[in-house]
Amino acid sequence: MTDTATTTDSRPRWLTTTGLRALFRERPIIPLIGLLAVLVVVSELIRPGIVNLNWGGVMVRAAVPLAILAGCQTMTMLTGGIDLSVGAVASMSGFVVATLVGGPGLATGILVALAVAAIVGLISGIGVGIFRVHPLIMTLGMSLVVLGFANVWQIQMVQTGSGVPDQFRDLGAGIFLGFVPRSLLLFLPLAILIILGLNRTGYGRLLYAIGDNPIASRLSGARSWQVLIVLYVISAVLAGVAGFLYSGLTNVASVTLADTAVLPSVAAAVIGGTSIMGGRGGYGGTMIGALILTVISSILSSLGYPEAVRQILFGALIIFVAAAYTRVTET
Amino acid sequence: MIRRHGWTLGLVGILLVLLVVTRIIQPTYGAAGVQGLAVSVLPLAFAAVAQAIAVIARGIDLSVGSMMALTSVISASLMEDRSEGFAVLVVIGVLLIGCVLGAVNGSLIVVTRVPDIVVTLAMLFVWAGCALLVLGTPGGGSAEWLRSLTGGSILNAWIPKAALLLLVIVAAIWIPIRRSRLGLSLYAIGSDPLAAYRSGVSVARTKIFAYTLTGLFSAFAGLTLTATTGIGTPVPGPYTLLSVAAVVLGGVSLAGGRGGVFGPIVAVVILSLLRTDMTFLNVNTNLATVAQGLILVGVVMVGSLLQLRKREP
Repeated sequence: MTDTATTTDSRPRWLTTTGLRALFRERPIIPLIGLLAVLVVVSELIRPGIVNLNWGGVMVRAAVPLAILAGCQTMTMLTGGIDLSVGAVASMSGFVVATLVGGPGLATGILVALAVAAIVGLISGIGVGIFRVHPLIMTLGMSLVVLGFANVWQIQMVQTGSGVPDQFRDLGAGIFLGFVPRSLLLFLPLAILIILGLNRTGYGRLLYAIGDNPIASRLSGARSWQVLIVLYVISAVLAGVAGFLYSGLTNVASVTLADTAVLPSVAAAVIGGTSIMGGRGGYGGTMIGALILTVISSILSSLGYPEAVRQILFGALIIFVAAAYTRVTET
Repeated sequence: MIRRHGWTLGLVGILLVLLVVTRIIQPTYGAAGVQGLAVSVLPLAFAAVAQAIAVIARGIDLSVGSMMALTSVISASLMEDRSEGFAVLVVIGVLLIGCVLGAVNGSLIVVTRVPDIVVTLAMLFVWAGCALLVLGTPGGGSAEWLRSLTGGSILNAWIPKAALLLLVIVAAIWIPIRRSRLGLSLYAIGSDPLAAYRSGVSVARTKIFAYTLTGLFSAFAGLTLTATTGIGTPVPGPYTLLSVAAVVLGGVSLAGGRGGVFGPIVAVVILSLLRTDMTFLNVNTNLATVAQGLILVGVVMVGSLLQLRKREP
């Protein structure tokens, strides 16, 4: 029914329904930036004068760790999977460093935390890639395992725990040049690496291929189990890095610190246009998705709405955006 | 018969062995222990039944825990300081609310055509938020008769009321449904939605029905949570996660269309008894969490290995 509109209408192509749908489908990042702009305007209307460079810096600073976790979801979702262990892994890594920094030192702490994260990812990857366990079950199970061990570690280390290292506080919460969050120094290279990795490397292409059609990718010679193992290791290590930022940002080291970020990270990826069925999406949209969620939280808290309303709105937003994507990509 | 119920029978065997082992580890474990076990597994057992129905219909409901929290706080806040008779109305009302919550989940899945897992993940936020709006902090109360319905034993010290209640409710609702056309459609859309559609099953309506049942059993789980603890807690417990684990252990295929609701119930009892045993053996409770995660992952791995071997002989 919309086909006739494109042929008879003299308006620019993007103004027609089909054009808009195509725009939404091909470049979801543009409507997302529009949504973000609307939210920024709403923030300004609610509290005139609040929107300035400092405010922007604070928003970006809060969004960065979430964006990293959402990157884990984006990559695993591209293959049709999901990584629900990111919360447990991130909390664990921040906590491990905080307990080790007093004794063996910061570098050892970081190495140990990332090594443990990599082992967790390796096990998840073996489960998903070789044993074909559903990623949801596998990563949920692994998060139980990680949480349990982290708790045991907590009991062991309760006397020697020495708090979040200054370097993390600086990296996670520091701001330089007046408004630029220091965490961008870590995040920007990471984001560029992820985007280039997904778009410009054979490995990235394999992730899309496996998610799009696992059988076709196997028949064309892709060893999906190797790809998946590497993927879950990358995802867990990224989650570990996000854990450093979380502990720095909040100045808290706890074994459940990042648990509440798991579902928002999935939400950010879904809002950013990555399909949970695999094969479609990218990291650009995810980053905007993380910013959108952060700005919404800030709007709601400046309106004085309780946590409950924030949760309800988050949920409604996920369904709405996911439904919109399903509509435009099906036709 | 044995082939069809092989998994469940195997689980019952494991459970019996575990009970004997428990008795050996802790010679004082007796009727009181069994009663405590029955009471403590009641909410999770209902949650597992709820999850099993969603999974049989080729779905998954990540909002089970939140629906339990919501129904639990609604019942606890309405029953506080009210008459025993009023509580009967509350129970009926809360069960209806459970059906509505489930129907909303199912309708959203059908209407938006977004995968079940995304929709229920989002509804997890929504229902948990609603629960917090109803009751900001743990509180409320439970009617006396509801509490006495789950505690204690009946006929014989070895038959806990809680176990009987669970079996009667699940059997009374599930067995008639399973034997009806609707039950058949439920399994049909689970094993092959396209084939079910072509043979005249309304996939959309059956799916909404399945989620409504999931909501109903989540409401039962929430009510028993209020009844056994005496209060309502707005923050969802780990029930969603454990219900998925129990469903998988209970022999329901995550691919849909296979399994029943009694296997998951036995699995819940086994998981809980394992935890009890580890406490008796002075194992750190955190290591017990690790063990639960490993059992979950291990069983699924073995299960999928068996399937892989069957498919590629």
